[in-house]
Amino acid sequence: MINLFRFLWKHINFIFFLLLEIFCVYLIVSNNSFQKARFVSSSNYLAGNIYSTITSIREYFYLKETNDAFALENTRLHNLTRDVFARNSTLVYLVKDSVFKQQYKYINAKIINNSVNKRNNYLTLNRGSSSGIGPEMAVISSNGIVGITKDVSENFTSVLSVLNKNAKISAKIKKNNYFGSLSWDGSDYRLGTFIDIPTHVNIAVGDTVVTNAFSDIFPENILIGKIESFDIKPGDNFYTIIVRFSTNFKNVTHVYVVTNIMKEERKKLEQQSQQNDK
Amino acid sequence: MINNILKHSVRFVFLVLLQVLILNNIQLNGFINPYLYILFIIMLPFEIPVWLLMLLAFVMGISIDMFLNTMGIHAAACVFMAYTRSYVLNFFSPRDGYESNTEPSLEYLGLTWFLSYSSIMVFIHHFVFFFIEAFRLTEFFSTFFRVIVSSVFTILLIIISQYVAFKGKDKR
Repeated sequence: MINLFRFLWKHINFIFFLLLEIFCVYLIVSNNSFQKARFVSSSNYLAGNIYSTITSIREYFYLKETNDAFALENTRLHNLTRDVFARNSTLVYLVKDSVFKQQYKYINAKIINNSVNKRNNYLTLNRGSSSGIGPEMAVISSNGIVGITKDVSENFTSVLSVLNKNAKISAKIKKNNYFGSLSWDGSDYRLGTFIDIPTHVNIAVGDTVVTNAFSDIFPENILIGKIESFDIKPGDNFYTIIVRFSTNFKNVTHVYVVTNIMKEERKKLEQQSQQNDK
Repeated sequence: MINNILKHSVRFVFLVLLQVLILNNIQLNGFINPYLYILFIIMLPFEIPVWLLMLLAFVMGISIDMFLNTMGIHAAACVFMAYTRSYVLNFFSPRDGYESNTEPSLEYLGLTWFLSYSSIMVFIHHFVFFFIEAFRLTEFFSTFFRVIVSSVFTILLIIISQYVAFKGKDKR
């Protein structure tokens, strides 16, 4: 008996080795017959958690592609909304399909160059005439207005930012439709100056300022910003309103270029009536 | 001693993560799949008792199995490799034995010694692993080819890691 124990003790390592291997073989075999041994598989708590953390980290590397996809999707959806259709009322009872006639078309683009610190700021987009962009079209982001297209090459577009001396945007106060003109004084890229609102109009800090339908560039009711503060200069009949832009010009990347399909028609008509006047 | 335990624990976690998150995504031609994690077992100190070595190898193998859903195959290969380690070390031992307080690594024993020692260890592990994985002898030659190719790749990685990670330490 003693000899047996001595023998076993001498070969304790080998016995331990055999035990471990037997356990391993048991795991392998039971895994084959029962699909998965429950206590060690990737569905368990630790491995599952680590894998889900890794996936959430990995997602960050695909944010760019995801964003692009969403921008594309948004463009498509914008093209379907009611706002892009103008009511074509003469045909209401004749043809159902013509109740709405498309007036605006959205093209998505990415800003590849941008500045906010110059007096006259310009942006560059990664789309050009090959995508249907022409001069004098509105550029908006999902948060609000960005600028107006200026020069167009085949694949790129230069955009006159709202943060530019030459940018005068026709705007209105959303709650009462009084209109004025919005410009930028060149100091703070977050604040614009809104003038030509008569002093008898009731306005308050926080009122929303949007584009109006007077311009043939911007669609109506595109967000510009909120009233930050206002005052009346001595001897003036109009407010000087400071507007906080809803677009953050410093980090805007995805924009839509808005084409007004009826622009030519409207321009021709307005010119015609002005000429008749003379 | 405490220092040693800490060092090997960190190495354990690091190698498991490296294996699971990066190396398992490398599958060249569907043949080559390096298993660098066995470096942990290769580099455990000389003085470690065989039972502890096998236990650690088992834990290492089962943790890799957990992530790969291979259930015991890695553990079996690791335990087998750990058991044979002492024989391999004896076979390669210098005339007056190994110095105490060292570990089987390139920085203590040189490239030739380390290369032959780790090659044999890697080959044993891969041989056992791939044959348990295939579980039949009819595909003997294609399995054997996988063993050889993967072994070469793993050995390459082990040697590189020695130069990158462990060589830099003693310069400090």
